[in-house]
Amino acid sequence: MKAALDIRDLSVDYHTRAGRLHALRNVDLLVPDGEVVGLVGESGCGKSTLISAVLRLLAENAEVPGGEIVLDGTDLLSLSDAEMRLRRGRDVSVVFQDPMTGLNPVLTIGRQMIDIQHREALSRAARRERAVDMLARVRIPDPASRMDSYPHELSGGMRQRVAIAMALMMNPKLLIADEPTTALDATLEVQIIELLQELQGEIGCAILFISHHLGVIAELCQRVVVMYAGSAVEEGGVRDIFHAPAHPYTKALLDCDPGRIRERRQTLPSIPGSLPDLTAPPPGCIFADRCTKADAGCGATQPPRIDTAPGHWATCHFAEAMR
Amino acid sequence: MSIAERSSFKYTAVGRLMSDPLAVAAVTIIALLVLCAVFADAIAPYDYKALNVRERFAPPSFVHLLGTDNLGRDTFSRLLFGARIALFVGLTSVGLAALIGLMLGMVAGFGPRWLDNAILFLFDTLRAYPTIILALALGALLPPGLGTVILVVVLTTFSEYGRVARTQTQALSAQEFIDAERAMGASPARILFMHILPNVLGPFFILAAINLPVVITIEAGMSFLGVGVAPGTPSWGATLKDGFDYIRNTPWLIVSGGIPLVLVTLGFTFLGESLRDVLDPKLRKER
Repeated sequence: MKAALDIRDLSVDYHTRAGRLHALRNVDLLVPDGEVVGLVGESGCGKSTLISAVLRLLAENAEVPGGEIVLDGTDLLSLSDAEMRLRRGRDVSVVFQDPMTGLNPVLTIGRQMIDIQHREALSRAARRERAVDMLARVRIPDPASRMDSYPHELSGGMRQRVAIAMALMMNPKLLIADEPTTALDATLEVQIIELLQELQGEIGCAILFISHHLGVIAELCQRVVVMYAGSAVEEGGVRDIFHAPAHPYTKALLDCDPGRIRERRQTLPSIPGSLPDLTAPPPGCIFADRCTKADAGCGATQPPRIDTAPGHWATCHFAEAMR
Repeated sequence: MSIAERSSFKYTAVGRLMSDPLAVAAVTIIALLVLCAVFADAIAPYDYKALNVRERFAPPSFVHLLGTDNLGRDTFSRLLFGARIALFVGLTSVGLAALIGLMLGMVAGFGPRWLDNAILFLFDTLRAYPTIILALALGALLPPGLGTVILVVVLTTFSEYGRVARTQTQALSAQEFIDAERAMGASPARILFMHILPNVLGPFFILAAINLPVVITIEAGMSFLGVGVAPGTPSWGATLKDGFDYIRNTPWLIVSGGIPLVLVTLGFTFLGESLRDVLDPKLRKER
């Protein structure tokens, strides 16, 4: 299977006052060519760090002690800063969460769409044409006249469409969508998801889709990676993950999804406990503290990666038993 | 309003500016000042340098609209030429100070921490120095003239622009659209000039408009203290100084020297306030 993005054994540390914070620990993640992979996990599990690492835009106090980020056959961590800059936008591109702040408020949409092609050897007219064409592809009505609009003249959904158009302008091989629908209401969310599905078919790029909305992940993605406290704990096809989770955390996460609650109750379900201190992660399984299945062995030894089905693995001692 | 009708941002900005009575007053005053400065040769009834000892201290009359000074020079003509000096000093030094401040401030706001600290230290040092002391010191060291005045003004005011540029740049760097630009492979220079600069420019115009009269006052103040322009130059400050020396006998001299200063200060301050309303992208809505 050829991969658009293959992250192997990636670790990222932040130097903080409290000490070294191990934000990502030995993360493996695979985005096959032309597929949509969902990344789920609660706030603070390292999703944003992972994106920044792929783009190589980590904060100044971050350090990558080990691992590989292979994008289209090249380890991004081995590139120089200038080489990496050339790859951003062209090989890998991002749509961010908040459409309200994702566009420059003082430049017209057209100016920004044209500017983003600064590396293409095209005439101004050709760039404009491409920009209009791209706006039409994200279903912006009357794209030619919208080119002269400022971002504040567009609605939130429209702006997110523009952001998607900008991200796909250079036909990237991988699009990272960082919770692109979280700030939108439910009807717009459906529209944006459908749009992403259509565009993915047309352009053929792989998408790494980050969300905590499990319903959206199930709808859009072929594969899912579950992250917890800086580790990838389970990866597999979307059916396997949703119907036969092999990690207790994944199961707990699914049980907490409001869309799956069947009976009336006073409070929403949640996972008891809180995230472990990542400056001093426990020696054994990272989820042991909050896990209902944990025994003495879980707190002492790190669970290995166990394959439960082809293309489906989990890091849990009980992965086989879970199924 | 349709998109086609609204041909450009400039059109709407100017259009909205002109619908504000305060802005109209400001623009009228400034236009008058510019006209006086440009056509001083044509308007002035007398040569501003011409001495006329027989008509010393003449009171305002139809012959001399604002009277004459201790050497018999026509005050009205001198004030007209003074507008030229005020505008020249004002625009040059505000332009230079804003440019230096903008560059340093954006570099400080965008660059690494140590550079930020170094530039901030420079700003603080210059800001801590009282303008008038620096003016007197430099005035004593350097030959009197417009160059010295401009140097003093630039040295004492650029840090103000720098601070605004730095704060704006820092605030903007944390915005998602700058992250997006980085993620799309834009170089730091491209982000700085293409995306941050246009966002900083609005507040800058406002600051410059409000600062311009301050600069003109500094020039007048330096000339008043005798460390400004060379003797004989028809600066407003020099006219005030002459008026002050003879205030008991000829009060009209100091009054007429002060009026243009007051008008210009009001004009630019009004303009600055109106610009703030017009140039803020958040307030810029379709009408």
